[in-house]
Amino acid sequence: MSHTRVPPPSPDADVVTGAPAVPARTERPAPRGGRRTVRATSGTAGMAALLVSPTLLVLAVVVLYPTVMALHESLYGPKGLDPETGFISDTEPFVGLQNYADILGEAGERFWNAFWNTTFFTVVTVTLETVIGVAMALIMHKAFRGRGFVRAGILIPWAVPTAISGLLWRWIFNSDGVANALLGRQILWTSEGFQAKLAVIVAEVWKTAPFIGLLVLAGLQVIPKEVYEAARIDGAGRARRFWHVTLPLVKPALLVAVLFRCMDALRMFDLPYILIGAQKNSVETLSMLAQNEASNVRFGPASAYAVILFVYVFLIALAFVRLLGTDLVGDTGTPERSRRFGRRRKSAEVTA
Amino acid sequence: MKTRSTRAIPSAAVLTVGGLLLTACGSSGDGGSGQAGPASFEGRGPISYVAAKDTTGTIQPLIDRWNKQHPDEKVTFIQLPTDADAQRQQMIQNAETKSDAYTVLSLDVVWTSEFAAHQWIDRLPEKQFPLGRMLEPVVETAKYRDGLYAVPHSSDGGMLYYRTDLLKKAGVKAPPKTWAEMKDACAKVQKLPEGKGVGCYAGQFQKYEGLTVNFSEAVHSAGGVVTGPDGKPDVDTPEAKQGLDFLVGSLKDGTIPKKAVTYLEEDGRQAFQNGKLVFLRNWPYVYSHAQKSDVRGKFAVAPLPGLNGPGSSSLGGHNLAVSSFAKNKATALDFIKFMTSEQSTETLLKEASLAPPYASLYDDQQLIDQYPYLPVLKESIVRAVPRPRVVPYGDVTASIQREAYAALTGSKSSADALKALQADLQKSVAQ
Repeated sequence: MSHTRVPPPSPDADVVTGAPAVPARTERPAPRGGRRTVRATSGTAGMAALLVSPTLLVLAVVVLYPTVMALHESLYGPKGLDPETGFISDTEPFVGLQNYADILGEAGERFWNAFWNTTFFTVVTVTLETVIGVAMALIMHKAFRGRGFVRAGILIPWAVPTAISGLLWRWIFNSDGVANALLGRQILWTSEGFQAKLAVIVAEVWKTAPFIGLLVLAGLQVIPKEVYEAARIDGAGRARRFWHVTLPLVKPALLVAVLFRCMDALRMFDLPYILIGAQKNSVETLSMLAQNEASNVRFGPASAYAVILFVYVFLIALAFVRLLGTDLVGDTGTPERSRRFGRRRKSAEVTA
Repeated sequence: MKTRSTRAIPSAAVLTVGGLLLTACGSSGDGGSGQAGPASFEGRGPISYVAAKDTTGTIQPLIDRWNKQHPDEKVTFIQLPTDADAQRQQMIQNAETKSDAYTVLSLDVVWTSEFAAHQWIDRLPEKQFPLGRMLEPVVETAKYRDGLYAVPHSSDGGMLYYRTDLLKKAGVKAPPKTWAEMKDACAKVQKLPEGKGVGCYAGQFQKYEGLTVNFSEAVHSAGGVVTGPDGKPDVDTPEAKQGLDFLVGSLKDGTIPKKAVTYLEEDGRQAFQNGKLVFLRNWPYVYSHAQKSDVRGKFAVAPLPGLNGPGSSSLGGHNLAVSSFAKNKATALDFIKFMTSEQSTETLLKEASLAPPYASLYDDQQLIDQYPYLPVLKESIVRAVPRPRVVPYGDVTASIQREAYAALTGSKSSADALKALQADLQKSVAQ
């Protein structure tokens, strides 16, 4: 066992770089330390691999395996009924990509409807949530009497389970409910139509704007006061301070929040399902299609829907990371990179 | 908790049962004819009874009674969520993993074909059950391709609740037998000062299972069918159109309030209890609720009206079946006999107001004193037509809901909706 003898994060490397002694960072000296350190890290890399392996194993079991299984399952069709005996066969026939062809062809209308619903809900709810969430964060960030109370109040919707909030809003949007009483009109929110979409959007924004608020609040709290003071001394007004100081500095946190919300919204299931109901074309999302197929014991087509949704979510996440530079991993985005450059400069000073 | 521990029992047990089935084929099954004969029911010991959460608290005492008599064949009650879809999903999951955790399943009447076709439940020996004394439409719901796969445990039928006080004032002597009579009665009631702002009729017209129930009732009450006796869809007919047109037309002319397209059972019940409706189609459970409401003493029930005479209801209720993957099936069979006995179902009627499958109980004067609606309910069930008994029931009910809702909300004409429905049903049933 060669790697067991190797000491954990080689101490000299850290002393030289002056970086905090975080074990995961030890591979980094390689590019700048010259040949000597490269050889030294080959053992460290083995150690790192060993240390990371339990995590990778868990990830493989809970993420990779189900994904591969879903991909595999999506190539099989539903079990057939034998007209002679009246029994369903035991095995699922291999159909290749037929499930995907059916989804885009035969069931295309339903699929594209669900696809546009999903996209529409995502764009609209996330936009509204971002605006409201940032406003909430700014309020929660202010120092005033009863701030704790306001903070708790804002966070309550987020703490309510989605299924429960779906039921709550179903009461509100009942034909004799509060919403109609306030509006003074008879709107049938839970029947088919645009009003059903609206009901889902209202309930979803109510529930998840606090999530964005919470993450943005965390981002706001790490902005040093000096930056604001400097801006004020330079004569920047409230609006300018918000646009040019607060927003850029809170952007990394905000982008992560928006990304999470997008991924969540793309998988939206429980709210439309409970609030409006299953099989309602106006609010049917991709997840609901997958669930519908699975509940009718057609696991192949259900997996195919799930795979398509997976690919869609994955592409959106990828676009976020690539286009907007969302700092999700911690060392690919711009802020971290600049910090690393800074450290490199500092380490150069130390070694000099 | 119970589920988890029983699931842990090694699958060897399943293999043993499988072996028993193979070797002892046909030794105890003494009834039934046709293709695959009933499975043999061997092995005695502890089993489980799987049903919806018991909100009335009557099931456990019944099981306790059994357990007292059979200390070596104890039954554990596994309660599933009250939501029917969740129950079905858990039962399917149990079957897909071939687990022996579930022994006796309490199936909704519309699931029989699906469970039987997938061979998740065993065919039962018909002669061992007093099916002759049960109401015939109820027994039909427990059959798949002439084989008995479950035994009726409880039933349910739709009834017409109506306001006796308003009808009397308006000079209407008897509850309506036809849709036209019902509309006439409403017109008279709405002319009264008390009848102002009172809607005429409602059922369950939201896009969910209740719509399938109400749509099927309308079609059957007009002399049409959704699926024929051979199980083939035959819904694109003039009769079916007359049924659907009754619902569509009523929504258009205001006989059914517009908001009824969002009504589930409870919404209609609330509206009726608040005096907003003259007529309501609903299940027997509403009776005891209404007796405690403002319309107490001012309402009664009648069989559902139809196009040219009394209509026919859809059927609700539950049947008991034996999971194919269970062990101790001899005990399971005995337990089903116990649970579906006249005595047990009478207890359930008395204490949980579950409609029994036995005809005689509906004529029992003592029970009628307790539940005045029993004679009407019997009539409703006797004339009932079960919802389509098809294997892909989930697809069929989804298609019905889609097309019927499109017609009710006016986005499709009833002729177009029925044509599309017929095509959809043919596709699902052919699969």
